[in-house]
Amino acid sequence: MSVLVYTESDQGKLKKGAFEVASYGKAVANQLGTTVTAISINADETSVLGNYGVDKVLTVSSSELESFNAKIYASVIKQAAEKENSQIVIISSSADSKYLAPLLAVDLQAGYVSNVIETPISTSPFTVKRNAFTNKAFEITQINTNVKIVGVSSNAFGLVESNGSATAEDFSPTIEASNLKVESVDRTTNKVTIADADIVVSGGRGLKGPENWGMIEELADVLGAATACSKPVSDLGWRPHSEHVGQTGKPVASNLYIAIGISGAIQHLAGVNASKVKVVINTDAEAPFFKAADYGVVGDAFTVVPKLIEKIKAFKAQQ
Amino acid sequence: MNILVCISHVPDTTSKINFTDNDSKFDANGVQFVINPNDEFGLTRAMWFKEKQGAKVTVVNVGGSETEPTLRKALAIGADAAIRVNTKATDGFKVAKQLAKVITDGSFDLVIAGRESIDYNGGMVPGMVAGLTNANFVNNCIALEVDGNTASATREIDGGKETISVGLPLIIGGQKGLVEESELRIPNMRGIMMARQKPLTVVEPDETNSKTASIKFEKPAPKGAVKLVPEDNLDELINLLHNEAKVI
Repeated sequence: MSVLVYTESDQGKLKKGAFEVASYGKAVANQLGTTVTAISINADETSVLGNYGVDKVLTVSSSELESFNAKIYASVIKQAAEKENSQIVIISSSADSKYLAPLLAVDLQAGYVSNVIETPISTSPFTVKRNAFTNKAFEITQINTNVKIVGVSSNAFGLVESNGSATAEDFSPTIEASNLKVESVDRTTNKVTIADADIVVSGGRGLKGPENWGMIEELADVLGAATACSKPVSDLGWRPHSEHVGQTGKPVASNLYIAIGISGAIQHLAGVNASKVKVVINTDAEAPFFKAADYGVVGDAFTVVPKLIEKIKAFKAQQ
Repeated sequence: MNILVCISHVPDTTSKINFTDNDSKFDANGVQFVINPNDEFGLTRAMWFKEKQGAKVTVVNVGGSETEPTLRKALAIGADAAIRVNTKATDGFKVAKQLAKVITDGSFDLVIAGRESIDYNGGMVPGMVAGLTNANFVNNCIALEVDGNTASATREIDGGKETISVGLPLIIGGQKGLVEESELRIPNMRGIMMARQKPLTVVEPDETNSKTASIKFEKPAPKGAVKLVPEDNLDELINLLHNEAKVI
């Protein structure tokens, strides 16, 4: 009856999303008066999950699971859910978790709800609140099946520490064959990804050209942030599509979003609205983004950003 | 190659979102509907397969008759035929179940859907269709080539991309990158005229129960006023971010 959480890892290291789903799973388990079991695939250090409320970790180690395969991973999680007799499975909002979740839902004949932002409003009927209409609204959704899958929105519930400890148990599921083969992986190394970033620094057309992105990257660097851009910037080819954030690009749900030279079209605002704190730097005091922001600086990015970089460097040196 | 492109009928990206019936229903009043952007990238890629590789392209929507103008637009862009499954799309599973039946009945080799619709953002239909039809599945797809019975698909991963070789039948959860924004097509007059002659078949739904139910909608609380910091006092901005917002 345990709540099952899928704690994702990347090259052996648990991702931040793993601790978020563990924290969320613990809150749901408290509501239901049950325990939390985590399923972890090829992760090195899983005992730390105990600090986020996990009671038991099913650890799977297999060279066959080295590269991610949604169908096979879904089958592993299904077997874990059946072993634990779990009625609730919690996953994160990473690209891989969102890829496998619908396959898992079919496998478990479960109802699946994505982008959930809070602990369930009620557990009977099982009702949750989620983001919809690209953050322009919330939807209250009820899951009517016995087995339920909850996809937790990144950075919404956050990390909640508890002082428990997690026991590890080796788990050897049946691993299916697949005719889907990963030929190559192209990873931007040593860079914070938009999905994992606490802070995102984003540039728009106000920066006038790709040659001016040095200061955006430097600001991101001093803050330990990911870089992003608006749609026109990616359409113009100034920055790669993978950096485009907004309604048709990547969603952003960071703690701090800094928009530089972005006017704030409705589609852009929708895509970044889930970020907790928004700072806007723009020459145009009438830019719509100021209405959606928490803090603003009306000024020329070319003078404000270099000064801000120096100020933050000094601030960081003091800390 | 027999391609099915799944089309969601969604409010235009600039729409203001409102609700009606005690906040239980989306208010379509005054809203312009469009092909879901993620689906449109897939449809445009399908046009490439039609023109270069002789594929036949069918579009499908699960919804009421109000979605037909959106299907006609897809025909005007160049799809050969359209199917509408005549039922209300109440949750992702129900839609996937209807699509799975259309796919089995029509023996499609390649199904392209958007990774998610921009209205409900469920992000589950393509994957559920794959699960229900036992076909291969690639999500967040940003490049797709097909050679005979094998496809090469590139998907976006957190912090990079990954290229996969995979056999047909294949379900794609597509997005921008399948084609560039500049390659999207606006239907011309000839396309619009031809679309009127193309078959739009209405089929009755498979009996399926939804697994989830939408109860109510809420809008975010109005935002407080922005705090403006003079550009010659950036120390104050750092102070606010550190001590008030506690984000640095």
